[in-house]
Amino acid sequence: MSALHTVSNRRRWWSHREIRGWAFVAPFLVVFALVFLAPIGYAFYLSLYREQAFFGGNTFVGAANYVDVVTDARFWDGAVRVLEFFAIQVPIMLGLALVAALAIDSGRLRAPRTFRLVIFLPYAVPGVVAVLLWGYLYGTNFGLAGDVNDLLGTAIRPLSERWMLTSIVNIVTWEFVGYNMLIFYSALRTVPEDLYEAAALDGAGPLRTVFSVKIPAIRGAIVIATIFSIIGSFQLFNEPNILRNLAPNLIDTHYTPNMYAYNLSFGGQQYNYSATVAIVMGVITAIIAYVVQLRGSREAL
Amino acid sequence: MTVIQEGTVTAGNVVSARRTRKVAAGISPLRPRKSRLLTGLMLLYLVYTLVPLVWLVISATKTQSDLLSTSGLQFGHDFALFSNIKETLTYRNGIFLRWLGNTLLYVVVGAGGATLLATVAGYGLAKYRFPGRRVVFAVVLGAIAIPNTALAVPTFLMFSDMGLTNTVWAIIVPSLVSPFGLYLMWVYAEQAVPQELLEAARIDGAGEFRIFWTVSLRLLAPGIVTVLLFAVVSTWNNYFLPLIMLSKPNLYPLTVGLTQWSNQAQGAGADPIYNLVITGSLLTIVPLVVVFFLLQRFWQSGLSAGSVKQ
Repeated sequence: MSALHTVSNRRRWWSHREIRGWAFVAPFLVVFALVFLAPIGYAFYLSLYREQAFFGGNTFVGAANYVDVVTDARFWDGAVRVLEFFAIQVPIMLGLALVAALAIDSGRLRAPRTFRLVIFLPYAVPGVVAVLLWGYLYGTNFGLAGDVNDLLGTAIRPLSERWMLTSIVNIVTWEFVGYNMLIFYSALRTVPEDLYEAAALDGAGPLRTVFSVKIPAIRGAIVIATIFSIIGSFQLFNEPNILRNLAPNLIDTHYTPNMYAYNLSFGGQQYNYSATVAIVMGVITAIIAYVVQLRGSREAL
Repeated sequence: MTVIQEGTVTAGNVVSARRTRKVAAGISPLRPRKSRLLTGLMLLYLVYTLVPLVWLVISATKTQSDLLSTSGLQFGHDFALFSNIKETLTYRNGIFLRWLGNTLLYVVVGAGGATLLATVAGYGLAKYRFPGRRVVFAVVLGAIAIPNTALAVPTFLMFSDMGLTNTVWAIIVPSLVSPFGLYLMWVYAEQAVPQELLEAARIDGAGEFRIFWTVSLRLLAPGIVTVLLFAVVSTWNNYFLPLIMLSKPNLYPLTVGLTQWSNQAQGAGADPIYNLVITGSLLTIVPLVVVFFLLQRFWQSGLSAGSVKQ
């Protein structure tokens, strides 16, 4: 009787009061529509048209721009580069972050709070400043590259063609290990202590506990961090665009798809084509992020 | 360590609460010995993290000629930090201060507004079961996966048609939306504001907005600070958007201004001002680092709330 009463009560309450939730969400949605949905719609519209070179005005060309992008060697040059970047950088960054988080969480570290704070510190450094900083460090003028080479007897020039991508990998890793470490660490703090006790009773050593208890327990956080990293890698722009001023001949206008879209718009006024590049890259990113999420959650089951 | 747990306790996390008591009582059966090897390895990583920052601080104390003639991690012949700061702030009629002012404006209005919108909306999503709620949530979560920079060019074209480029609104309006902030607030509000409390307030006859304002807002405070902090960082660091939206140097934020100074060293009429770029970089970092130090408690506890729900 009382259960029935609550159910009917809840239904009435739903229709009147719950609807007010919309009032809370509406302001966000209005701005969201303006800065997320509208540009996407506008970009899609642009991508279906092409500017007439001599007569002015736009003509509808259907999917022709898309055909051009997927057969554009410059686009693929950049796309393959960010894929390569992703394949190298993300495992290094997330690996370091995971090791750091596990170390700080393990209780075997002296002064764990200091480690946590300092490792997170680069996240507070604006990306632009980080690139300028490392750009100077890489240089031979007053950087540390010369000193390090003298010390190790090597002759690495970070701003040469051979090392450029590695140099960018290093900058991004330096910037974001701390952020990911914090995500992993926060997730580790929520693992119930009982699990560790059970593992200890079963005679699991520290490494065994890490691989069989801790890492599986924070799989969700790892998947999230991976997805954020995919998105970050695929929109690589700041680092190469700023380093370009230090090494103009090594980084071309289509070094990454994002730089390509940017330079098409602001160097070449090819807005329609630029919008198409942005959409294609967005779709590729979304697909890869989706696959990772799917795989991640399936393995979690 | 206890700090984080305090945060999660307020969020109503029973597991952590029990853990805190156990640690405080010192009866945890799993309290391993400190490892020198692990500490040593982590120290190596700490050095890697700190070297560029130490280099920056040392370099900011050097004159331009000392920068070029002395080794990176040594101090120069003259201690020029204060004259560098003075020169940075007064170069070209104090344009650096103007950029600092712009950055502050974008941060206060943009990040402040983003936090407000995310808080109110996250609360609405967490505490009301209105029709269409799942759709809203799916669309916004999907938006997290869209590269910001992929949106930037279309946004520029759209704003350009609307006559918004080269105005402060071109930077502020896109900063107002933080899908990640909304997600964080949604998760946080679900556990931080008990449904019973809302019911009690309703029985007392309080309206929904009054309940939000007088009851819920206080409970949401740690989450709000976290969202605000991350919004501040992303607005303070914003580079791509102002780079494409603004062509007037007097509207630039610090990030775009600094790269412009740095570019001065290249090309034909090159006029390198390395010491100013370096000192300016240091001045750009300091406020954020200070904020992070002061608000440690919040960003650490807030993020853990975000990762609970998965």
